[in-house]
Amino acid sequence: MSEIYIAREKLPGIVEQWMGRYRLFGPVFQGQYHEFEQVKQPGAVDLDFVNTKLSPKGLFHPQAEKMFEFTLDKQNPEAGILKEIPRDYSERVILGIRPCDARAFVLDDVNFNTNDIKDPWWVRRRECSTLVGLACNDPCSTCFCTSVGGGPFDTAGLDVLLVDVGDGFVAQAVTPKGEDLLAGIQGDPMPGEAPQKIEDLKKAAEASLGKAFQVESFTQKNMLDLFSDPLWEEVQFSCINCGTCTFVCPTCWCFDIQDEVSEDKGARMRLWDACMFPLFTYHGSGHNPRGQKLQRVRQRFMHKLKYYPDKYGNGVACVGCGRCVKACPVNIDIRQVARLMSDGCVCPA
Amino acid sequence: MHNPYLPYPVRIESVVTESEDRNQKTFKLVFLNPEDEARFRYMPGQFAELSVAGQGEIPIGIASSPTEKGFIMFTVNKVGKVSSHLHNMQEGDIMGVRGPLGNWYPWDTLEGKNVVIIGGGFAFTTLRSSIVYMLDPENRSKYGNIDVVYGARMPGLLLYKEELAAWEQRDDINMHITVDGTTDPNWKYNVGFVPTVTKEKAPSADNAYAIICGPPIMIKFTLPVLTELGFPPDRIISSLEMRMKCGIGICGRCNIGTEYVCKDGPVFTLEKLATLPNEY
Ligand SMILES: Cc1cc2nc3c(=O)[nH]c(=O)nc-3n(C[C@H](O)[C@H](O)[C@H](O)COP(=O)(O)OP(=O)(O)OC[C@H]3O[C@@H](n4cnc5c(N)ncnc54)[C@H](O)[C@@H]3O)c2cc1C
Ligand code: SF4
Ligand code: SF4
Ligand code: FES
Repeated sequence: MSEIYIAREKLPGIVEQWMGRYRLFGPVFQGQYHEFEQVKQPGAVDLDFVNTKLSPKGLFHPQAEKMFEFTLDKQNPEAGILKEIPRDYSERVILGIRPCDARAFVLDDVNFNTNDIKDPWWVRRRECSTLVGLACNDPCSTCFCTSVGGGPFDTAGLDVLLVDVGDGFVAQAVTPKGEDLLAGIQGDPMPGEAPQKIEDLKKAAEASLGKAFQVESFTQKNMLDLFSDPLWEEVQFSCINCGTCTFVCPTCWCFDIQDEVSEDKGARMRLWDACMFPLFTYHGSGHNPRGQKLQRVRQRFMHKLKYYPDKYGNGVACVGCGRCVKACPVNIDIRQVARLMSDGCVCPA
Repeated sequence: MHNPYLPYPVRIESVVTESEDRNQKTFKLVFLNPEDEARFRYMPGQFAELSVAGQGEIPIGIASSPTEKGFIMFTVNKVGKVSSHLHNMQEGDIMGVRGPLGNWYPWDTLEGKNVVIIGGGFAFTTLRSSIVYMLDPENRSKYGNIDVVYGARMPGLLLYKEELAAWEQRDDINMHITVDGTTDPNWKYNVGFVPTVTKEKAPSADNAYAIICGPPIMIKFTLPVLTELGFPPDRIISSLEMRMKCGIGICGRCNIGTEYVCKDGPVFTLEKLATLPNEY
């Protein structure tokens, strides 16, 4: 696979070139934090960031999206019949995505894209996207990708990996799609020390992360034993069921479907939803299988750390981005939950 | 790419009020496009999402049998938003159907076996589908004895009363209809709860499978009776209910442990359920 060098000052020019050919998405500073969005000005892309506050899952699975439209106008012979909506599936480049987030999409794929059932919107958005990742030279204290099968220079799910080597970026193609993207741009001469620099940066980044827990020590436990372990009592105690953890998470994909109507026009919407909310599982009869907070908190962690790996044999459904750790108002830390799941309920002395 | 979220348009062909309390209505639906009907190939035990534009969708068991051609049928209990709206819809109205969804009763495994069907209240819908399917002249010889225990609180709440009466007359199906109680002096059938009647009629467990659907309380008290009769957990089959949206294993809300009830179920053996968290 090919590798090119892009001097730092050349990057805006390349961004501009891509913008002419593709829809370009990247991290943009929003005044308080970075978010992924469609880039209108080449200079707006800011690769000097740790990670976005929200995961980029919305690029493939928007928080709110019209699924279908319909009319209720009785004069119209199509009244009450749901219609597909034209969507833009032209090629796009997503620049500056972190390896953990790109890997999250690979984990999410098994949910949205199965042999027999395919979510057409997810699948087509995945197909039309080329992911240009940015390796993490400086993981932060809440990151733990290496504990869950990823890494700060991991290329799973990426088409191109960019490594910031100081005066510029080394761009390594990972897939044929990435190869095509790089073929279209003019690189600069590769500095002789770049390969060694990349090795050093990678080693240092990985070393800074360490192991937060051992995945096998709980994935190998019996599902029912983990389910009925007293540890959930401890974990759920301070949770206020705000759902923030699910909102920011790149591997939380749950959604609701609701109809919205104004006069005689309407749309069927899909909206992010979360297992932390009692209504998520509330039956019309009043029965609720997860009516208690403990059950909902347990569902979130068991889904990520036990049900998902058991179902798909694909590792845990957490990429260690640490967003939920940072955003939780009561400091519930999935790393600590994983450790409790490994060791059983250990009450502080 | 086929869009699994897009309902097929259908027209309501008829609406029948099933129960005295008017809480259950049966809708016969006809596909607007013949291609859609051809795609909608189902087996008894499956369900579909009934879609009403502007209201939403509800998962409902398919009450018709694939041996009945030209329409599909659903019996809907009036509960909340969508089901109440549906109850006010009329013949000729246009709505949508998405499916068929989920797995079905294990018809291949049931071949050559005796089948005991136990139902309570308005959860009799996919059981009706199953009975009509097995009684079809093409299929009847594939199955051994068929026993049916079906109960409701009172006679007026039984679904499909004319069909029940017709099945009573046949000698290739043993019907045990029961009500919790009645003041009707002409009531010809059983009086008593489903577990008690099951115990009395004692259908043999030899070479037999039991399919049981009904309110949780009925299931709870009938399971020990079945065990006593000698049915092992892998030969007791039930259909579960969870709140659903997508119906295709994607939206994430209907799981019991590793299993999505909408896609991996709704039909499970008791043996399988014993390996899953008791959270339904
Ligand atoms: C596999 C399966 C088969 C079913 N078969 C039948 C049947 O044959 N006849 C029948 O009358 N009922 C059946 N139900 C129950 C039926 O789906 C609910 O009564 C119905 O969804 C209530 O919707 P509502 O809009 O009237 O109520 P609301 O309380 O307003 O519910 C809002 C929404 O939540 C969801 N929801 C609420 N309760 C349930 C529930 N119990 N199950 C699934 N989704 C729910 C639906 O999307 C519903 O539109 C079945 C449920 C499942 C899961
Ligand atoms: S569970 Fe937390 S750390 Fe894991 S992927 Fe989701 S937000 Fe990131
Ligand atoms: S962010 Fe924290 S408090 Fe909020 S639902 Fe998640 S775990 Fe509970
Ligand atoms: S209803 Fe969406 S996953 Fe089952």
